[in-house]
Formats: sequence, structure tokens, C-alpha cells
Amino acid sequence: MSAVSPAAGGFGLGARERAVLLDPLLVNNPIGVQVLGICSALAITTRVDKALVMSAGLILVTMLANLAVSLVRNHTPAAIRIIVQLSIIASLVIVFDQVLKATLYELSLELSVFVGLIITNCIVMGRAEGFAMNNPPYLSVLDGLGNGLGYSVVLLLVAFVRELLGAGKVLGFTVLPLVKDGGWYVPNGLMLLAPSALFLIGLLIWALRQWKPHLQEKD
Amino acid sequence: MEHFINLGLKSMFMENMALAFFLGMCSFLACSKKVETAIGLGVAVVFVQVLTVPLNNLILRHLLNEGALKWISPQLASVNLSFLSFILFIATIAAATQVVEMAVDRFAPALYNTLGVFLPLIAVNCVILGGSLFMQEREYSFGESVVFGIGSGLGFAIAIVALAAIREKLAYSNIPAGLRGLGITFIAAGLMSLAFMVFSGIQL
Repeated sequence: MSAVSPAAGGFGLGARERAVLLDPLLVNNPIGVQVLGICSALAITTRVDKALVMSAGLILVTMLANLAVSLVRNHTPAAIRIIVQLSIIASLVIVFDQVLKATLYELSLELSVFVGLIITNCIVMGRAEGFAMNNPPYLSVLDGLGNGLGYSVVLLLVAFVRELLGAGKVLGFTVLPLVKDGGWYVPNGLMLLAPSALFLIGLLIWALRQWKPHLQEKD
Repeated sequence: MEHFINLGLKSMFMENMALAFFLGMCSFLACSKKVETAIGLGVAVVFVQVLTVPLNNLILRHLLNEGALKWISPQLASVNLSFLSFILFIATIAAATQVVEMAVDRFAPALYNTLGVFLPLIAVNCVILGGSLFMQEREYSFGESVVFGIGSGLGFAIAIVALAAIREKLAYSNIPAGLRGLGITFIAAGLMSLAFMVFSGIQL
């Protein structure tokens, strides 16, 4: 299982390692395909900087949680594994929350409860339970990184569209000058409100499934 | 009294957990194919929410907040353990979910079979943890936390049952292949969210 075939790919990664790392980015994207972790994906995407912080947090937590769960996987009785995973994840999130409050206090206030909600983010739980419990630490870290990045891609994409069309800015810099500041762009207020995130993710899934028809649902 | 009614309505409609804060989206989308399942999950969420938010409120105010440990010894008055709230909240929630699961299994086996895997998953449902975290952030009193627990749980239940009803009708419509299933559900939820925004600004 941990057989590394060094000659197989670039970056010094074997074929399996590469698949574990890169698949979640697009082919098996946690949000677009597996539909995990959308709660926070929707709520904090009004601005790119919020999405960046959230992505960083999720990547770190998924990676480290996968590592820790994988390290103790042979010593964890099946009956209490959920509790073990939850306490590992919760401890990591507490650390991230404290660091965030110490360094980026303003932003941590705006993210409010959503940092804490990384604990219940299905991606973290799902990867810990579905991957790290059955795989060695090295692969698990790669899997956590891959899924964290896959989540971040969607998050940043949605946040980019919402901030650009809703406020004419990206990361706080004006891209489309607003009418009220003497420019030409009339901002689309809907983009800053909750429903637009649902519409955007819906359209994203549509595009993904049109492109990869085997993902389409038959009913 | 008016304050409590106001808070209840606010948490049910204006600040609907599912449609305004997008909490519990996973089960919101996965359990809304049939109205029956949606009602089951909605009831379970209300039950666990009403149990856990006040419970966590007590834990927060008597164990974690700054000066909360004064009842043990005056020396502990300066201890602030509120950073531990995440891990204690999730422990309470996991325990409460276990109790609800056993109760449902014992008294309503049919419902237990319908809910399937989603009952244990309530433990990691963001609505539940989100409710407790909002309670901490907004510094609710015990009474407020009871009302908030009922209101936010009911709000989620209303949203998921309404979405399930819409999806049952959607089964008969001709939807583009790529949009079928999940895609159209997102769009429908978006329209619902838009409709719920009508409530914002209403004050008793």
C-alpha cells in the first residue's frame, strides 16, 4: 500500500501519491463532486480575504488531522473512533482559532462562528474516517492537502465572483470602479447576499457535470 | 416576554440556520428527497438543538467563562477557559445525539430506519454546533438560549421540509441533464433563501 514508485512521476511523487494529491482538485472535488463541506463554502465567500483565511485553516486542519488520525489508526478501537477523530479535529481547530485571534483579530471577528465550524466540516471528518483510518501517514497527509486544496479552489472561485460582481473589488482593491465613486459599474447587490452563493455553486455543479457526463444523476 | 417571542421568530425566519447561514447544508441536501425523511430529520434536529444549546449554555456560564469557576474556590476567579468551548460543546453534542439515537431506536423503529446514517451524523451537523457557538458569541442568558434552541431548530426543520416538498414536485419536471439532482436543488434552495429574505427587518 505504501509502495513508493519513485520513477513514475514528477515532483518525486509516485503515481498513487500524485493521484491522491491531485484528484480532489478537479476530478473528485470535495465540493463539486462529493458535495462535502458546503456549509462554510457558502457563508464566508462574500470576500476573497475571508475565503483565503478559511482555506488556509481548512488545509492545515485536514492535513494535520489526517496525519494524527493515521498515526493512531492501529491503536484506535473501532467503537470510539468517532470520538477520537472529533477530539483531534477540535483541538486543531482551537489552535487555529487562537492563532487567528492573536494575529488577524479583525478578520476573526468577521468569520465569527465559522472558524469553530471547521470542526463539523464534513470534509475533515470525511477524510479522517474515509481515508486516514486505512492509510499510512504520508499518503494521508497528501490526501488532506489535496482535499483542502480542492475545497480552496471552489471557495476562492465563488468568493472572487461574489466580491468582484458584488462590490467591484478583489481583495479590497477596486477592479470595477463603482458608479457612486464616479466609475461606470453598478454593483449587483444580490451577490453580497446569501442566495447568490447557492446559485453560484449550483451553476458550478451544472458546468462540472456538463463537462464530465458520468457524474450526472439518473432518476 | 416580547423579547423572547422576538428572538424566537428571528432565529426561525430572519436568521434561518439553513437559508441565511448555510448551516447543516450536507443533511439539508442529502435528506430532502422525500418529505417524510425531511420531517424525521427536522424533528431530530429540533430535539437535539433544544437539548444541547441550553446545556452548553450552562457549561459555558458555570465552567468556562472568565470567573465562572468562582463557586469552587475564590482563587479560580481569574481563570478563563472559554477557549475550551469548541471541544466541550462537541462532546456534549455527541453525547446528546447518542441519547436521542437510542431513544428513537427504542420508541420509533420505523423512523430509525428512515433516518439511517443521518441520525449519528447530527453530531457533526453544523446546525447543532453552530447553534451553540452563536449562543456563546451573542452571550445569551439561559432563557434566551432555550428560546434560541427551539427557534433555530424549528427554522431548520421548516426549511428542510419545504425544500423536500419542492423536490418532490421537481421530479416531474424536465431539467437539463447536468442540472438534474444536486444542481437544481442548489438553485431551488437559493430561491427559497431569497424568499426568506422577505422576513428580514421585521421587528415585533
